[in-house]
Amino acid sequence: MTEPPGCGDTPDPVDALASAWADEVEGTSYVPMAADELQAHLRELAGLVVDAVLADPPRPDAGAEVGRRLVSAHFTGPATLERTVLLLVEALPALLGPGVTPAAHALSGTLAGGYAAALRDRTLDEQEAIRRAVLAARHHTEQALHASEARFRAMFHEAAIGIGLGDMDGRILEVNPAMTRMFGHSADEFRRLTVGDLTHPDDAPSVWRLYERLLRGEIDNFRVEKRFFRRSGKEIVGHLTLSLVRDEEGRPTYQLAMLEDVSERHRLQENLEYQAYHDPLTELANRAKFTERLERVFTREGPDSTRRVGVCFLDLDGFKTINDSLGHGVGDRMLQEVARRLGACATGGELVARTGGDEFVVLVEDSHGVDRLVALAERVLAALAPPLPLAGQELVVGASIGVVEQAVRETTASELMRAADITLYTAKAEGRGRWAVHDPGRDEAETARFTLSAALPSAVAHDEFFVLYQPLVSLADHRVRGVEALVRWQHPRLGVLSPSLFIGPAEETGIVVELGRRVLEYACRDARAWHDEFGDAAPFVSVNVAQRQLAEPGLVAEVSALLDRTGLPPDRLQVELTERALTIDEGAPLKALDGLRAMGVRIAVDDFGTGYSNLSYLRKLPVDVIKLDGSFGEGLREEDLSDPVDERIVGTLVALGHALDLTVTAEGVETEPQAARLRALGCDEGQGWLFAPALPATDIARMLRRGAPLGDPPVRPGGDLLGA
Amino acid sequence: MQRPSWAPDEVDIDRPSAARVYDYYLGGLHNFAVDRAMAARAVADWPELPRIMQANRAFLRRAVRHLAEQGIDQFLDIGSGIPTVGNVHEVAQTVRPDARVVYVDIDPVAVAHSRALLADDPRTGVVQGDFTEVAAVLDDPITRSLIDFSRPVGVLVVALLHFVDDERRPAEVLARYREAMPPGSFLVISHASADGAPERAGDHQALYRRTATPMRMRTRDEVAALLDGFTLVDPGLVFLPEWRPDDPVAAGDHPERFTGYAAVGRRD
Repeated sequence: MTEPPGCGDTPDPVDALASAWADEVEGTSYVPMAADELQAHLRELAGLVVDAVLADPPRPDAGAEVGRRLVSAHFTGPATLERTVLLLVEALPALLGPGVTPAAHALSGTLAGGYAAALRDRTLDEQEAIRRAVLAARHHTEQALHASEARFRAMFHEAAIGIGLGDMDGRILEVNPAMTRMFGHSADEFRRLTVGDLTHPDDAPSVWRLYERLLRGEIDNFRVEKRFFRRSGKEIVGHLTLSLVRDEEGRPTYQLAMLEDVSERHRLQENLEYQAYHDPLTELANRAKFTERLERVFTREGPDSTRRVGVCFLDLDGFKTINDSLGHGVGDRMLQEVARRLGACATGGELVARTGGDEFVVLVEDSHGVDRLVALAERVLAALAPPLPLAGQELVVGASIGVVEQAVRETTASELMRAADITLYTAKAEGRGRWAVHDPGRDEAETARFTLSAALPSAVAHDEFFVLYQPLVSLADHRVRGVEALVRWQHPRLGVLSPSLFIGPAEETGIVVELGRRVLEYACRDARAWHDEFGDAAPFVSVNVAQRQLAEPGLVAEVSALLDRTGLPPDRLQVELTERALTIDEGAPLKALDGLRAMGVRIAVDDFGTGYSNLSYLRKLPVDVIKLDGSFGEGLREEDLSDPVDERIVGTLVALGHALDLTVTAEGVETEPQAARLRALGCDEGQGWLFAPALPATDIARMLRRGAPLGDPPVRPGGDLLGA
Repeated sequence: MQRPSWAPDEVDIDRPSAARVYDYYLGGLHNFAVDRAMAARAVADWPELPRIMQANRAFLRRAVRHLAEQGIDQFLDIGSGIPTVGNVHEVAQTVRPDARVVYVDIDPVAVAHSRALLADDPRTGVVQGDFTEVAAVLDDPITRSLIDFSRPVGVLVVALLHFVDDERRPAEVLARYREAMPPGSFLVISHASADGAPERAGDHQALYRRTATPMRMRTRDEVAALLDGFTLVDPGLVFLPEWRPDDPVAAGDHPERFTGYAAVGRRD
């Protein structure tokens, strides 16, 4: 910068111009400078201007440069130019003298020109820059859109689940390859379909109600599992999610379906369900299925229901024997054949289930009376009657059936099944191959038996039994010749129970074998004690042996060991068997009797005359004593009245016994006249209340020590006892 | 229907953009007819508007300079707009030549322009992002490559918060930024307010409703509440020209006519 001439103590015209200039343009443009920076910038420009007008010759062209530099400092406001031109035209002559006026004018002109050119260039540049920015932004946006579309296209294309887009009229617009694979339709074929074409007859009505609501825009999506037909006609099961796609104003525009093929999972589930509810051997329903169905009958009925329900509860007779003797393979085939025959009987849609080893049940869910159930039970028994050709033999399988038929509101599922259980038990007790109908009254007794039966094993284990002895006297002199051992159960809650309450169940459950073993042991010990005290005068002991015991292969050896152990002479032991036990069984049991007799043990037939005795058979039996059932002596009890028929029967039986060289004992002797008549008819021994009730072993010993005859002893000719 | 986050914003130059209108007020030429038309309507109602915008820009310059002088050498400028005159990195780099700046804006045109302009400057970066999506802004690879959040940082939220309505909870958003700022960091804000010219503010907000960026002016107390958790640097929360003016006279006699508040807060 050139120093202006004539500067001295007068203010520097450059500073003055810069200061005035700053005042003029303040606020006319936004210039990103602090105040001091702005001052410095304008001072530089003022220097250029002053130099140019004072030059010789003046250089007004310098104005163009000043104009450009104003624009580049961002003095872009039009007012900046206006005020700058006015300022220079007025202030330069005032500061530097009127001589500079022409130069100031010329410089103002070039400044305006330079400013305009620079502003035009800057405008063009910035407009181009902003347009380029728009293009770049658009390009970027498009690329992002392309990328996102490509991603979505890939997602649509590669998705493992089927995706389909439909319009609001149900026309299918787009489907992905997974969808075409699922259905076997090509995408083109799909486009000719509507959503309605995907109906399946099994569709729940709710599916299509949901669909209508979706179309109306009431719901935005729903999920269902439903069946579809493939192009081939085959079925698939699909998990469908249908969603509504709305436009920006919220109007329903498209429907979007996402479908997962769950056929495999479904099949697996059905398979598992089948396995969970079916018996693999017979393919019948299992207990779980039966229970569920039965409970459903009850849970679905209200308190006012008139619905009735019935069951036939069936158990094979003797299945265990077949299974044990012929093997499980044969047993299994038998169960399968039984199941097949049962299934054929269930013609009215009844549920047939196998609920246990050889237990089956037929459920009639809507019964109209017991008749149908009885007819069904008879049909079942008839169906099982023909022998089953298995293992090269013709096997006969019998069954017992408990029939229960009740109103649903009168019972519950578990009560019904308990009743069926008890009724089946009754049917079995009445003899095999029968049905029995549930009878609530009878069931109480059965229930009690049932309960006792269940308690027996632990009672035996806990030694809750004891033995009483009832004397057997010689009818000739009323002296004790023997005692019968009678077992009693000291029940912890019910008190002392008589054998009539528990021997039946004990025989059925087989626990009688163990129980009988104990009784034999008690009896032998007590008899040995009497023998020690009374020697030859000691009574023999008569012990009941059950049929099941007799069938035990080790019985003879056991008794022999027991006699050895207790030291009881074998002739002091008598074994009592029922007539039934002797007449039904052959072979092994008879050998056992032979074995016992060979040891010296006596054999008595209990309750003689109550069974269907084969009298010729009796002759061959290894028997020593017959005990006449008390019922024969009943007609002989009254003093004055005696039934002549009874007298003749008893006389005949006694004669028969004596003919076979057997001792004859009369049971149930209660009165003296009865005793006298029995003696007159030839009976050897008597047993009954007249002589003594069943007594503990210590009482028997006391009685023996007394040595007196029991009851009123008979008067004998010679009256040797009269004086006693 | 709300645009899902994966769909890019469209570039619509038929609607005025706040960033380009601001450029126009500052005498910039990076704008379109639609922007200028809107600015013209606004100025007709409120002739001081260009001066207010210029005052705001001048505050930004003073604040950045102050921060740089305090040792801040990394800046996050959120809502940076069109990189018009007096950009943050230019101001900061006059004090600290190694200063790094990340510009963030939601306007794709502003972002594209910024990228073109700053392509050759390795110490600057441009992120397209939304102020309220804090994690996306802070975790953007560009942000992470330029700013070390274990050292103090200057976060600039200048002339932006009046574009964030209450529904988007600006205080909570600022709190999330605050959590990412280590002690010694600074927050710079300016905020439009009707306090100085209530009679004009209503119309002005109505005008902005037509843009992609509607306006929510706030009172002094409301603005102060946004600064919760920061210690205000002198002179506190003041009108734009009053914040550390270059010379005391420059603030003028009627600073309230520049109807906007300015403040710088320190994270302790």
